[in-house]
Amino acid sequence: MSEKIIMKGNEAIGEAAIVAGCRHYFGYPITPQTELTEYMAKKLPLVNGVFLQAESEVAAINMVYGAAGTGARVMTSSSSPGISLKQEGISYIAGAELPCVIVNMMRGGPGLGSIQPSQADYFQATKGGGHGDYRNIVLAPNSVQELVDFTILAFDLADQYRNPVFVLGDGALGQMMEPLEFKPLEVKSVEKPWAANGLGTRKTPNVINSLYLKPEQLEAHNVKLQKKYQLITENEIRWEEQNTQDADLVIVAYGITSRIATSAMQMARADGLKVGMLRPQTLWPFPCEPLNNLADKASAFLTVELSAGQMVEDVKLSVNGKKPVYFYGRTGGMIPNPKEIYQEIKKIYGMKEAK
Amino acid sequence: MTYEIVIAGFGGQGVMLMGQLLTYAGMIEDKHVSWIPSYGPEMRGGTANCSVIISDEQIGNPIASEPTIVVAMNLPSLDKFEPLLKTNGTLLINSSLIEKKASRKDIQVYSIAANEIASDIGNPKVANMVVLGALIAATKIVKRESLLKAFAKLFEKKQISGLLEINETAIYRGAEGIAV
Repeated sequence: MSEKIIMKGNEAIGEAAIVAGCRHYFGYPITPQTELTEYMAKKLPLVNGVFLQAESEVAAINMVYGAAGTGARVMTSSSSPGISLKQEGISYIAGAELPCVIVNMMRGGPGLGSIQPSQADYFQATKGGGHGDYRNIVLAPNSVQELVDFTILAFDLADQYRNPVFVLGDGALGQMMEPLEFKPLEVKSVEKPWAANGLGTRKTPNVINSLYLKPEQLEAHNVKLQKKYQLITENEIRWEEQNTQDADLVIVAYGITSRIATSAMQMARADGLKVGMLRPQTLWPFPCEPLNNLADKASAFLTVELSAGQMVEDVKLSVNGKKPVYFYGRTGGMIPNPKEIYQEIKKIYGMKEAK
Repeated sequence: MTYEIVIAGFGGQGVMLMGQLLTYAGMIEDKHVSWIPSYGPEMRGGTANCSVIISDEQIGNPIASEPTIVVAMNLPSLDKFEPLLKTNGTLLINSSLIEKKASRKDIQVYSIAANEIASDIGNPKVANMVVLGALIAATKIVKRESLLKAFAKLFEKKQISGLLEINETAIYRGAEGIAV
């Protein structure tokens, strides 16, 4: 039995990465995720790992590209503006089909923005923030325990699909402390015959590249990538439902917002309103079908985000016009309280504002 | 039962640690717990606060937007958080630094002269532990033994002789020195 301990979200990700066999970390500090960089600086040398604080985010992601190319389990982390800087590298990594884990503890934007929690990088993470037709797998934890579990999962998915995987958190999750446990784990060692790690018994060298100058070849490569994304969509959608059995109104929220929305849902239930919640745990691939199924039973949806409305577009695509989809969001690092969300619920029910 | 606690003061008073100790003590008692700081581009002497939730049930919102308990270590904290307290909530004031009285009548108010007591014990730095002792005496959020266990756990790597003892004394004196 593993003992329950209390850790800060950012540090828990670091420990989870080490448990998952990550021995290479490249990054550059930025609030509100610096504790993760710090944790790796302290702990990786103790397990014969490599920690390197790069001269910039651009350098860090290209170091990730290099390490991933040799088959190493590798991670980088940052917060919104830093993740923007990494986008070129992420597109290259996706193009070269390399596994890696990227953590984004989102903060308010655009630009330098603020250092407070936000979820305004949803588009960037799920629609491909860099150039070209590629997808990141995007995991959205909502507790410190899930930060641990999803970080470990991220490394497995990255290796399995040879694809970058995002752990998309926010400043609040990174800063908060909660009990957690590390379940006994056997690190899957994955064969990586494609890795550029010396010729060995092979006759031809492995080349890591995303350059295809002949359009026929590049199209064939794109077709292959799309097939992989299709496979991921078929196999890896994760979500959680609460009180959806009899729900008239279904809240859709992820990450820290889903925690606050849960409290709002409980307030509504206490007043006899049949409110449920669907919480996507993967933002890409997105739980389209579960939402579409719920649209047959529920009469409306309310998407709550720390953004001006990003995931709500995917919710609308999923519900596909069957039922109205409402939106409530706060931006800039502001966090709604449960009462505020409950007001929105009451508005949708056409009732007087909550006390 | 769910306690939603805000502990607020200025940077350096140890409010984050107070919250973490309560959180740990809650976990020791098998409660659901969470701790979250209000973080910002702040500096020594600026304001600092954290939210602690200790509950028998799974915790939704980790941010205490309508706290049931407020600990005010300095005047700006009293001014900021007294109005947010839930009706019948508990307010604990560090009367060493706050002369002002609580203005609400629908809450339970306690005060503790934490800095004087800490100086009397012989270390002004344990004022936060005096307040914590007063807090658990007034509210019974967690048991004193759990708090001491949490302290021993968090500071197990610090080899300072007498560290545990002086903090234990502070917790006792806090419980004794509480005033209604």
